[in-house]
Amino acid sequence: MSTPILSVRGLNAGYGDFQALFGIDLDLPEGGLLGLVGANGAGKSTLFKAILGLLPRGRDMVTFRGQPIGHLRTEAMLRLGIALVPEGRRLFRSLSVEENLKLAAESGRRGEWTVTRVFDLFPALREKRHAASTALSGGQQQMVAIGRALVSNPSVILFDEISLGLAPIIVNDVYAAMPAILGSGISAIVVEQDVERIRRMADRLVCLNEGRVVLSGPTGDFTKAQITHAYFGE
Amino acid sequence: MAYVDAITQGILLGGLYALFAAGLSLIFGVMRLVNIAHGDFIVLGAYIALVTVQTTGLHPFLSLIVVVPLMAGLGYAIQRWLLNRTLGPNLLPPILVTFGLAVVIENSLLMLFSTDNRRLAVGAIETASLSLGPISVGWLPVSTFLVAVALIAGLELLFYRTAMGRAFRATSDDSEIARAMGVNTRHVHSIAMAISFSVIAIAGVLLAARSNFDPFSGPARLIFGFEAVIIGGLGSLWGTLAGGIVLGVAQALGAQISPQMQFLAGHLVFFLILAVRPRGLFPRMD
Amino acid sequence: MSNTTLRVVLGLTVAALILATAPLWAGRADLRLIGEMMSYLALAVLWNLLAGYAGLMSVGQHAFVGLGGYVLVIGTVSMGLPPLATLPIAFVVAGLAAAAFALLLFRLVGAYFAIGTWVAAESVALVFAGVPAWGGGAGISLPADVVRSIAETREMREFVVYWLLCGLGIGTLSAAYTLIRSKPGLALMALRDNPTAAVSVGVNISRIRFWTYVMVAALTSVVGAIIFLQKLRVSPQAAFSLQDWTVAVIFIVVIGGIGRLEGAIVGTAVYFLLRETLSGYGVFYLIVLGVVAILVVSFSGRGIWGLVERHLGWSLLPTGRRMSA
Repeated sequence: MSTPILSVRGLNAGYGDFQALFGIDLDLPEGGLLGLVGANGAGKSTLFKAILGLLPRGRDMVTFRGQPIGHLRTEAMLRLGIALVPEGRRLFRSLSVEENLKLAAESGRRGEWTVTRVFDLFPALREKRHAASTALSGGQQQMVAIGRALVSNPSVILFDEISLGLAPIIVNDVYAAMPAILGSGISAIVVEQDVERIRRMADRLVCLNEGRVVLSGPTGDFTKAQITHAYFGE
Repeated sequence: MAYVDAITQGILLGGLYALFAAGLSLIFGVMRLVNIAHGDFIVLGAYIALVTVQTTGLHPFLSLIVVVPLMAGLGYAIQRWLLNRTLGPNLLPPILVTFGLAVVIENSLLMLFSTDNRRLAVGAIETASLSLGPISVGWLPVSTFLVAVALIAGLELLFYRTAMGRAFRATSDDSEIARAMGVNTRHVHSIAMAISFSVIAIAGVLLAARSNFDPFSGPARLIFGFEAVIIGGLGSLWGTLAGGIVLGVAQALGAQISPQMQFLAGHLVFFLILAVRPRGLFPRMD
Repeated sequence: MSNTTLRVVLGLTVAALILATAPLWAGRADLRLIGEMMSYLALAVLWNLLAGYAGLMSVGQHAFVGLGGYVLVIGTVSMGLPPLATLPIAFVVAGLAAAAFALLLFRLVGAYFAIGTWVAAESVALVFAGVPAWGGGAGISLPADVVRSIAETREMREFVVYWLLCGLGIGTLSAAYTLIRSKPGLALMALRDNPTAAVSVGVNISRIRFWTYVMVAALTSVVGAIIFLQKLRVSPQAAFSLQDWTVAVIFIVVIGGIGRLEGAIVGTAVYFLLRETLSGYGVFYLIVLGVVAILVVSFSGRGIWGLVERHLGWSLLPTGRRMSA
């Protein structure tokens, strides 16, 4: 197997005295889509925060293209090529739609993804480009959040809870953009509560329970029952 | 007639107060930080200008080419290496550190310069005045007011029309996500403080040109700036100008009643606004 | 009564006894210094409750010290009251003033509250400076007959004031200790350790903050009245001194250990040690204190007592509760 684009080895992380992750191992192959599942509080968002350096982690616990990056600051991650679509969207409230995208475009890398191309991918955003980000529907906000990751031209995007709080039909719209995103050579880790959907999309699956990896491997290796089992930690 | 004159003077004084307020408002907007030593840094700026003028013979206004970069650098350094490490969910540490700075600055200035009143002599403009119909206004207050308007317009542009302004607002909204979006928030905070200190430097020189100052002149400047911020409305830079004017007029009218009433009138207007319009006259921040 | 409580009660009683007998073994100047230390201990304990526990960063407590001083003088001079009778009045007047201020100042977001308290203090000072009957800007002295009503001889007067100050220091400390161990105290501790969690377990933050602010102000005013019973004279400058009643107190608590009762004791000791040692160098001690306070906040956060607690596990006044976030 060629070197994974992003690897996590023996990652421990937490908040102050509270340890939330215990020895996490995880590999994201180049061009792959890794589904990350687990119940609330299993440590999925914490794992993303630790990868990005929003929580302290050791130098060698995270490697990117084979190089240790655990000692780098969060703000260096985007330029390195790791972008985040955060849980709950977390758009910048006092920035317009276009400003949200511009901010990421300016601090990220140059490449094929531009603000214009994001508007092509999500035409609904073009007409609202000058609107306050708070004035958008949930689905449109999610599109801005995804666009904000794309315009930095990342190699890896960490998607946290794409469909949380969105109507099913909107979720389909949002996921409809996935092929275009992956087609441009981006690798992704996707946190998704809808296990059926993630099984259809992901090449590999990792399931967390109480801060530990309880299941990990190619998606085809597991039945739905096995995943559900691991998910609930039974 | 005395009242018309007082109101005019008050409006112009409001320009100076807006300068005190703008720097305070800017850093609160970017990082929710309240600099208790704000007024003391204004006075420090005035002393640096004084020393610059004495050693180089520059005109006080030209001394700004020394004072502004010096103060901006100081602001950057203080934020980057001192205040950033205290920012967090707990509000107390940054207040306590700037409170400590205030006391250190005041007493250091006292040891260096004694309690003597100082003033920057700016030449003919000090006494020159122009007549607006029946009232005459000094050139210095008018120029101060115009400088305030220009600076606030400049800060507005910076905040709402530039990439740096976007970074300021993004950091203010959600600093964690801003970092994930590649924004170096520690640098952004420090740049904001450097800009605040540049405004402080200009305010310091203009203050020193129009009135006497001593090492303990700072706290009152902090309070006037703060009152202008609250009266004008949080997060609104133009609001600080409005707040400054309301405060200046209140003080000028109070002074017509009795000398003690000058500052008390300003405080009363501040409390009145808190009672009836706690978000200020032109709030922007939610 | 539990074992630890017994130890604390014993400790405080012994300290009170030693202090009470000081007129027998200490000189006049020493007595004055110990008295002053006791008044600062009381102010520090009170400010610590306010800022360290309730999270109310007031830099305007000099408003209430001064108010107490003025109530003492106005009560005795204009209303003919005996000095001690003015203490409850100072308590009530400052409590009411604080309640009025709280209604307005609690509307200020976050750190702006701090400067708001300062404006309040400036306003109170300006009001007192503006009334000629109360001495205006020059101030007013306690008349001789009022002074004599404390005690006949000067020596006895000094003893009485000294005992009052000691009672105040030890009393405030004991009261704060009792408070922290009571049910409202539990809420205060929760508020100190984690305001967000405190809300979720049902602590009514605004109510507890309001009452802490009002009670601390009322007691600060009583301390102020007794301080000026020693000084025998008030002026707006001295009564509402930011330097004496707010700056010094904040440094004491910050250096000693904010949010720890022992912090006030340690801080008071450090403050007086520095002030007396550096007394030959003017205001230099304030610069030193400022620098130390800045370093403490930036590097340790919990002051000298926080370090002692962390590294040695000591506790002078064990509250029997440890809540970690």
